[in-house]
Amino acid sequence: MTESPRRPWKTASARATSSLSPGPASNGHASVARSKSSELLRIATAGSVDDGKSTLIGRLLYDSKQIFADQLEHVVETSERRGDGYLNLALLTDGLRAEREQGITIDVAYRYFSTPRRKFIIADTPGHEQYTRNMVTGASTADLSIVLVDARNGVSEQTRRHAAIASLLRIPHLVVCVNKMDLVDYDEAVFDAICEELTDWAARLDIWDITFIPISALHGDNVVDRSQNMNWYGGPSLLYHLEHLVISTDRNLADIRFPVQWVVRPMAEEHHDYRGYAGQVAAGVIQPGTEVLVLPGGHRTKIAAIDTFEGEIDAAFPTMSVTLRLEDDIDVSRGDMIVNTDDPPVPGRDLEAMVCWMSSSPMKLGAKYAIKHTTRSARAVVDQLEYRVDVNTLEHVPTDQLTLNEIGRVHLRLSQPVMVDRYRRNRTTGSFILIDEATNDTVGAGMLVHASSQ
Amino acid sequence: MNPMHYELSHLETLEAESIHIFREVAAELERPVLLFSGGKDSIVLLRLAEKAFRPGKFPFPIMHVDTGHNFPEVIEFRDRLVEQIGERLIVASVQDSIDAGRVIEEFPPPHARTSRNRLQTVTLLDAIADNGFDAAFGGARRDEERARAKERVFSFRDDFGQWDPKAQRPELWSLYNGRIRRGEHVRVFPISNWTELDVWQYIAQEELEIPNIYYAHDREVFARDGMLYARSEFVSLLDGEVPFQESVRYRTVGDITCTGAVRSQAQTLEEVVTEIAATRITERGETRADDRVTEAAMEDRKREGYF
Repeated sequence: MTESPRRPWKTASARATSSLSPGPASNGHASVARSKSSELLRIATAGSVDDGKSTLIGRLLYDSKQIFADQLEHVVETSERRGDGYLNLALLTDGLRAEREQGITIDVAYRYFSTPRRKFIIADTPGHEQYTRNMVTGASTADLSIVLVDARNGVSEQTRRHAAIASLLRIPHLVVCVNKMDLVDYDEAVFDAICEELTDWAARLDIWDITFIPISALHGDNVVDRSQNMNWYGGPSLLYHLEHLVISTDRNLADIRFPVQWVVRPMAEEHHDYRGYAGQVAAGVIQPGTEVLVLPGGHRTKIAAIDTFEGEIDAAFPTMSVTLRLEDDIDVSRGDMIVNTDDPPVPGRDLEAMVCWMSSSPMKLGAKYAIKHTTRSARAVVDQLEYRVDVNTLEHVPTDQLTLNEIGRVHLRLSQPVMVDRYRRNRTTGSFILIDEATNDTVGAGMLVHASSQ
Repeated sequence: MNPMHYELSHLETLEAESIHIFREVAAELERPVLLFSGGKDSIVLLRLAEKAFRPGKFPFPIMHVDTGHNFPEVIEFRDRLVEQIGERLIVASVQDSIDAGRVIEEFPPPHARTSRNRLQTVTLLDAIADNGFDAAFGGARRDEERARAKERVFSFRDDFGQWDPKAQRPELWSLYNGRIRRGEHVRVFPISNWTELDVWQYIAQEELEIPNIYYAHDREVFARDGMLYARSEFVSLLDGEVPFQESVRYRTVGDITCTGAVRSQAQTLEEVVTEIAATRITERGETRADDRVTEAAMEDRKREGYF
């Protein structure tokens, strides 16, 4: 390769939003990048060894040729040495010594695979109740959740819990794979009964996109290819569904939410007066000339320009990382939020939220924590503990504390206002973490239900 | 990017996430440093840092932990690249650690079994402590290795530089917790979610220059433990090992004594990407002797404070 031309800041001509690669198209390798402009889909899975989750993931990876020869050889070798008696595909994802020794998954494992249409990231988590915090972690960024049901056993407590967590974390799409259909003679009635029971449950959970697929992960039925054993099923295979599901409409393009992350002020001779506000677009379409508010100050101004390393662009939208310049010279710093003028978020000090507790030391009334919301940090005191949710029954149980892996409704009072939306409206501006100030550990994950300024 | 639907490609999505991570660290930690090896992943890191901070300067220096057993092409490339982007380079030398008695070399070069790979950890941790760094960016990816698949983007290290995989902080949404006490630090991996193929596609898209040893070239090599190693002044041959000429390229760039070459005719980026897309063996499995020691070799090194 010849020396790469250096692209100095801002000498590039205005970059049209339709061009992916600003480089010259004449050299062969630009086409490599273009041909691969597929979308990214983030998937969360949860489950235990018995329900066939590892087999399913193993099959997706294997059939899409993402398991490498040396990894497979390693699994074969280790399975034999341990006397597992079968090809233990869990060894692919269980990477830590303790996990391999104990035969359990103790953490979130990330797996990557791609097809010509899409690239997939799987956050794979253990399914037992004592790992709720891992499930919540894996679910927090997911576009889609895969829940497995063993066709022989029907809907279990674990199935209901997984669906409840997917709903609470607002994963937009839920796929229920009714697995081990081979063991119930590919019986349509078994599948229908499970669909019906879970559909009723989902109605209580406020899940708006649920898809049921009868599969056999072991034999590959309806995983990559449509099964010949279930002609009564008219839907897509799992992989087809993952490849074709529309996710771009999940984003909020109506509101503008731009948490300021970093102020770019070079102070150098050539950029003496440059002042830009860098961040990642959390919602909305931002264009030069767009009228905006800067919160919490409330100054009204307009977007002067949107800068990137390649030059100015015409529009910024989720989840682009860009630098905004404003028309007016106002004081803006990290933690501020640039928003649209209609229906801006409420700067609030009193928050009502669903909190998943992640520490062995319980959350108690009156306790103080550090809180991080978008790019803003503050302190928070627990004002009220309304109830905890039994994730197996959805019952509200009165409580005076939240212990590890419990989820409950909590009122917090903050040392300074944060600009929040309800979590169901925006997962970025509606979420926060709580940090124990003594240990610096992340102890809670919160999803905003309501905020008020007083 | 599709102007009608406001959609991002997977590379654009990954890039935006990485830039966000760079800026979070710069904003929340006092003295970050970017670890640079001269390999493809750290070259991508530098480009992402440019995207995060230009037209400003990087709010951190670049540091190379130098084993002294380098591919000369890589050092030449490193110096030219750093000069080109106009940022500050610190070189932390394993040889200095040896000379100062901080580490002892089991098999000093040119012994056949010489390796400074593990010694790097001491040099790295000393350099972090001496400079008071509280965050170190690295180019590790989760698809590389089993232990790395479990690691956080912000990976907490105690005041001994140790990683405790069972006591990792939960990491939710894009909210990173960079709170530490004095003496502790975080390792930050902005390209955690990238795969090897993503890195190559990005290098092609961005037209990044990479050291020429990534392309097929004729080299004098010898075979050992099923891998091809470069003949160099640092390693002697064992009985029965006969050097020969071969057309090879490197999939990873590390210490010359433990980085294996692969047979290849791929002389352009396009040809390399085609080869990578078709390969059936992971990059570390194919080219890193250091990961073959035990089943959990990487986890063990990482616990001690390795990259």
